[in-house]
Amino acid sequence: MQDLLFVLLILTGFVFLGSGRMQFGIRTVALQGILLGLIPLLGNLQDLWARLTALAVLSLAIKGMVLPYFLTRAMHKSKALHEDNPFVGFTASMVVGIICLGGSFWIASRLPFIDSSQPKMAVAVSLFIVLVGFFVIISRRKALSQVLGYLVMENGVYIFGVAFAVDVPWLVELGVLLDVFVAVFVMGIVIFHISKSFDHIDTDQLSSLTG
Amino acid sequence: MLFNTLSLSALVLVPLIAGAAALMIRPDRLRRGLLISAAVLHFLLTITASGASPVLGGWLALDSLGHLFLGIVSLLFLVAIVYGVGYLAREKQTKEPGRVDAGSGPLLVNSRESWLTGCLLFYLSAMTLVCVSNHLGLLWVAIEATTLASAPMIFFHRRPQSLEATWKYLLICSIGIALALFGNFLLAVSTSIITSGESPLLLDQLLLQAVHFHPQWLKAAFVFLLVGYGTKMGLAPLHTWLPDAHSEAPSFVSALLSGALLNCAFLGILRAQQILNASGLAAFGQELLMGFGLLSMGLAAIFILQQPDFKRMLAYSSVEHMGILALGVGLGGTAVFGAMFHAVNHSLTKGMLFLVAGNILSVMRTKSTAEVRGLSHLMPVSAALWMAGFLAITGSPPFGTFLSEFIILKAAIEQSHYALAVIYLLILSVIFVAMASIVVRMVQGVPLRAREPAAHGESWLMIASPLVLCVLILILGVYMPDIFEDLLRDAATVVGGSA
Amino acid sequence: MLNLPSLIPFLIALGTAPLLLGVIQRTKAITAGRQGQPILQPYFDLSKLLRKGAVYSRTTTWVFRAGPLLSLAGLGTALLMVPWGSVPATIAFSGDFVLVLYLLALGRFFTIAAALDTGSSFEGMGASREALFAALTEPIVFAVLITLVRLTGEMSLTNMYQQMSLILRSASGAALILLIVIMFVILLTENSRIPVDDPTTHLELTMIHEVMVLDHGGPDLAFILYGSALKLWIFSALLAGLILPVYTGNLLLDGLAFLSGMFGISVAVGVVESVMARLRLLLVPHMLIGTTAIAAVCIYLTLG
Repeated sequence: MQDLLFVLLILTGFVFLGSGRMQFGIRTVALQGILLGLIPLLGNLQDLWARLTALAVLSLAIKGMVLPYFLTRAMHKSKALHEDNPFVGFTASMVVGIICLGGSFWIASRLPFIDSSQPKMAVAVSLFIVLVGFFVIISRRKALSQVLGYLVMENGVYIFGVAFAVDVPWLVELGVLLDVFVAVFVMGIVIFHISKSFDHIDTDQLSSLTG
Repeated sequence: MLFNTLSLSALVLVPLIAGAAALMIRPDRLRRGLLISAAVLHFLLTITASGASPVLGGWLALDSLGHLFLGIVSLLFLVAIVYGVGYLAREKQTKEPGRVDAGSGPLLVNSRESWLTGCLLFYLSAMTLVCVSNHLGLLWVAIEATTLASAPMIFFHRRPQSLEATWKYLLICSIGIALALFGNFLLAVSTSIITSGESPLLLDQLLLQAVHFHPQWLKAAFVFLLVGYGTKMGLAPLHTWLPDAHSEAPSFVSALLSGALLNCAFLGILRAQQILNASGLAAFGQELLMGFGLLSMGLAAIFILQQPDFKRMLAYSSVEHMGILALGVGLGGTAVFGAMFHAVNHSLTKGMLFLVAGNILSVMRTKSTAEVRGLSHLMPVSAALWMAGFLAITGSPPFGTFLSEFIILKAAIEQSHYALAVIYLLILSVIFVAMASIVVRMVQGVPLRAREPAAHGESWLMIASPLVLCVLILILGVYMPDIFEDLLRDAATVVGGSA
Repeated sequence: MLNLPSLIPFLIALGTAPLLLGVIQRTKAITAGRQGQPILQPYFDLSKLLRKGAVYSRTTTWVFRAGPLLSLAGLGTALLMVPWGSVPATIAFSGDFVLVLYLLALGRFFTIAAALDTGSSFEGMGASREALFAALTEPIVFAVLITLVRLTGEMSLTNMYQQMSLILRSASGAALILLIVIMFVILLTENSRIPVDDPTTHLELTMIHEVMVLDHGGPDLAFILYGSALKLWIFSALLAGLILPVYTGNLLLDGLAFLSGMFGISVAVGVVESVMARLRLLLVPHMLIGTTAIAAVCIYLTLG
């Protein structure tokens, strides 16, 4: 069952690479957030189920609902076009995605595994999602797309943590969640100001500071 | 006893609560009073904090390394805030907000002062948490929090350029920090051989059991932590946000960014190196640190040459000094002691330089080095401090920086890294010449006619803070108190150095 | 190896293939609320065309005449090697799937060559599009078959599909679902159905496959029509074996299950054609690359 989730996560990565419409991208990231929240619930919960469930539900609510809602608002408030015209085209982006996927599986197959029960696929998926986030941040022009890329990357890191059932104390996990939330919040505000003072949110045109 | 138990929590909570209060206080005087009293209280707590007992089940604990960095943060914050309050008062009075500090450009309304004050205090709280956290996960949360608290401060003058700087700062640092989180997870994986079930990222336990960790996973974890926190620390080639943020923030905020924030990120890397040391892989981390250190120094030197903006010049100088710190820790042995000493010197010096740069900006209203001439006529005290700061930051003899840079050089030669020592000296001299050609021209000569200096001269508030810092660096250069030397020695031992 | 009873599925396939086209047409008609043409209409068309003579342009050469025949021959040979789900194909040997794919490619090559031979700009345009899409789908089909090889450990189509019923019981559900999605997309692309191409369009600018055969008439057109029915059969068969991996051991039961799967797929194609609009031409490569990505996922899934 977890395998199916991982496959779906890979597919969200490709969908994200292949689309430039902001609204669609936000929805994809929201879906990814929801899938992420489900992963720990489908694993073996052992005796910590109450805590894990609470955290999973919280993460699901923040990554799957609150942040997407907030980003949609930021998008509507910025007068910019709601579609990105990236430096690397969408079809080419997907080809890059295929290469990244291959690389991720290759790396994951070479890592030394301490415990054979650890899901190898999770490592590959996590690397892949991180790379997708990275690539989107690099290749897209609009500030909002870059925030989405950052979120995707963060999701990828989170998958790694979940997959290894890294026993991170709930306080830290809460802190991580809070930090991501505030980061996206602040980025959204900055995007709003950028669109207000420049009439666009194209980051490649933010180039007055050099040298 | 009660005081001992409470002091660590108080260190974090005092600025946090004061920050929340500052957001709500309307009257300016009251808010500024609160800011200064919180800074003073924090400083007093920091001085008396040695030997404070751990709280939260060992999550918060103060070792000598943390204490050293906490001391830097607290002192610099206090001094910068005293300057900052004067600056904010001037900013309020002038009819051209944003002009005092921001140089030429369109007139814009500053953000609300209460926001800036609140963010400053939250920022102090987050940096304190970085210094006192004994848990790597908590450390991560705190470092990310410093980014988020400082971003609105960079955007204080709502100019397009500051917006650009804020955006780069937020995005690049967040990405870096996300990589560091990956590093934390990798570290947790490397420990899973001896999984005891209890929160695996507690520093004390990590150090005790590090010998049993899986070496490959540990190395991967270190790389990610180094790159992640290195982004925040301003190590080349991930430093690109740094000059923008430092040049666009209000000057006293730049001082805090450069003197305190970069050190906090460095602390994150030091913690990772501590674990490597304990697990017997010290050489792996040290080589990487040396490489990144030299690269940062070299790159900074290139950008300081012919730098047209004096605040950016200072920012690149920060990149250089972060490189020196990394190099010092990478060399190991006595160089670690030098690096610790250098961290203190650099923070004080760079803080002072940014404050003086703020003075120059507010009078000359430009950041361009070409348009500033004859400072010694226009603002004699600031000009003298600017010269002194330049000599200090380039490591000239009477100042503490000379000693610390010399200790690192000596260690490099003792360990027969001759090529490295030569490159090190070469870069330092290039930077000396490059900065001298900029600074001396600014101080000497006749003021340009076209540049009408602002009406107000130098007030004591603008002078006092940098002067205090300047005296401190001078004292450190000629006399080191025993208690301070012990602290440095202990801190160096923690990171695997020998004094 | 070759015996008479094993020819029966092949012969049935030859006979039933045009019926698939009829089913699709009929489904579209019903979903659109029309009476629609008789379900046997493709047979009527074929017999009518075969009775007619052909007109050849003076600018064309033997390539133009050979095109339809050769492509039909290639498809017919390929059909010999395609199993009916778990019912074995007439010919099976290790690595036969490579031959099947290249026979299909051979057929396409001659269709394209014949189209270019007319010297018409419209047909050249169609040929270029056909070649582009073929280049994009070929790696996908290979990826699917490689995945099947890895899943089953068999090298011939017949054995692969016989193993599928066993595979279903092991835990590779995710890969199987993806394979079915991919195969359906390939089926639509290779057979020029909506949303890739519209077989009923009569606007040359937007046509892909149909535009290439505009100059053929009479028996040649009949060959082409029949060839496309065989092609639809081949891809439907490859898909049906994945959807309905029934293996009872009883050839008759298995064959019936397979046939019902085939007509089910035709109905599905008809429904898709009714509810979807044609994709913009530029989006087709985008979609195909996306499918390649999913196919790559499939391969990686079987590596672990």
